[in-house]
Amino acid sequence: MGMTLTEKILARHAGLGRVEPGQIINARVDLVLANELSAAVSIGVMRSIAGADRVFDSEKIALVEDHFVPAKDAQSANLAKMMKDFAREQNVKHFFDVGRGGIEHVVLPEQGLIAPGEVIVGGDSHTCTFGALGAFATGMGSTDIAAAFVLGEVWLRVPPTIKIVYRGRLREMVFAKDLMLQTIGILGIDGATYCAIEFHGPTVDELSITGRITMANMAIEAGAKNGIFHADAKTIAYVRERTGREFMVERADVDAVYQRVVEIDVDGLEPQIACPHTPDNVRPVTEVTREDIPLDQVFIGSCTNGYIEDLRVVAAILAGKRIASNLRVIVNPGSQQVWMQAAEEGILTTLAAAGCAVNTPGCGACFGGHMGTLGDGERCLSTTNRNYVGRMGSPKAEVYLGSPATCAASALTGKITDPRIVSAVGA
Amino acid sequence: MERQLRGFAHKYGKNVDTDVIIPGKYCNLVDPVELGKHALEGLDPEYAARMKPGDIVVADTNFGCGSSREVAPIALKGAGTAAIIAKSFARIFYRNALNIGLPIFESVEAVDGIEAGDELEVDATAGTVRNLSKGTSYKAVAFPPFMQSLIEAGGLKPYVERRLAEKKSG
Repeated sequence: MGMTLTEKILARHAGLGRVEPGQIINARVDLVLANELSAAVSIGVMRSIAGADRVFDSEKIALVEDHFVPAKDAQSANLAKMMKDFAREQNVKHFFDVGRGGIEHVVLPEQGLIAPGEVIVGGDSHTCTFGALGAFATGMGSTDIAAAFVLGEVWLRVPPTIKIVYRGRLREMVFAKDLMLQTIGILGIDGATYCAIEFHGPTVDELSITGRITMANMAIEAGAKNGIFHADAKTIAYVRERTGREFMVERADVDAVYQRVVEIDVDGLEPQIACPHTPDNVRPVTEVTREDIPLDQVFIGSCTNGYIEDLRVVAAILAGKRIASNLRVIVNPGSQQVWMQAAEEGILTTLAAAGCAVNTPGCGACFGGHMGTLGDGERCLSTTNRNYVGRMGSPKAEVYLGSPATCAASALTGKITDPRIVSAVGA
Repeated sequence: MERQLRGFAHKYGKNVDTDVIIPGKYCNLVDPVELGKHALEGLDPEYAARMKPGDIVVADTNFGCGSSREVAPIALKGAGTAAIIAKSFARIFYRNALNIGLPIFESVEAVDGIEAGDELEVDATAGTVRNLSKGTSYKAVAFPPFMQSLIEAGGLKPYVERRLAEKKSG
């Protein structure tokens, strides 16, 4: 009986010939990630563990200042400082301060810190993003991360794997984001709880690395422990451009056992919208636009859709036009590197000329921290990953989730809009 | 961890997510008592003021879904919440709650058999929930043996200390 991709990676990191779903293992970790919010708690926990003076390997810890940055107040600045001081004290090699990194999940792949076959744990639920490169990656709380900091290993329950096979071609103005929203709509927000999701099929083989990142990023929105793609020539080229480090590409066995297999035909798929107040409340855009849904804010960015490809799509739609007068549009390039690339390509100027506010990279708007917080009764269409009550600010606000193209099209009209209409009429 | 818990039930629905348990804007707080003042604020703004220390949160499926923020169970515990009983828990919240010593129990029957305001008595060791108001009794799903041993050892920290010692000796 064979193993799934997740089981293969976990078995090797546990030093075992094979593992089975439900089995408790101790897995060696290749990288431990934290941001200034999760790290602050982890550092406190680590200080309270007898004998835990040093991190297990100062080259295998990544600390990224990204949640309340640039610091919104003194309390946030203190947390950022605490992590910075810790990085210095422990000689942490991969510390990214404001202006030198960006959103953790955007930064780590682009810096070559993630490779196929690796095990990564992070103090942020969207750590599952790294499964896009064929790694096992999962989010954990700060106490577990503190344990990983000092031990270089974590205890895990081996998850059963759900295999999802996508067939068909994505139509114009339909993107990886739409595919993943549809998937979460099918699975439900607890449909993959405790499970691994293994993405398969010709549709996802065709996706760029960025598209796969968008999908793996949202595996947690179905409750999954991790989401994972097989590394292919595209993945290897992407990683090789960024690191000379050795890595091992694993493959699921042909006789791997899956908890279930879900087949999704994407041929007729239209852009998808997750409506308030859960990420699985997903409807096709034509159904949503039957009602007029005016917007107060459009947000473009985050670890889900803050990549250069996303900004190119948005800039192509907004070029030479003005956003509607009833709303504001906030754009956060996902990292300093994305920001600079967008500047070089003239995208930032295009967006600013259209009336968008372009911010420095950070997570603030997505989680209701700062730099794009919603007020009572406000409605936002966002490229982010969650739309729970109060997610982006006021509990009386409403958040809809969509692709960068849908967000850009809606920015022009001031209400939720099908991006295919905008592209067809060249509005 | 207290073994015998007694308090009144506060009942909620399914998918109580971390954004309503402790909204993002409070995630730069570190003091459990300060966090506790905002526990469940996004769902039930009166919870922190209304609840009495020792009270128990009872909820439907997928409690704690969303973010990995450990301040979610810390806020609930900081407010004085003695335990959470739910039909099921989201994965990260489940680990976090155990790691910070907030007792959690899974039982579909208990949740169905409890109304808001019922007085409950929980034996954390045996995993039994008694509804004193209704005279009913329920058994929670047992923890997997490894987790049970972690709980009995006093949480993750003693486990890490033991593993560190093992590694150092070789």
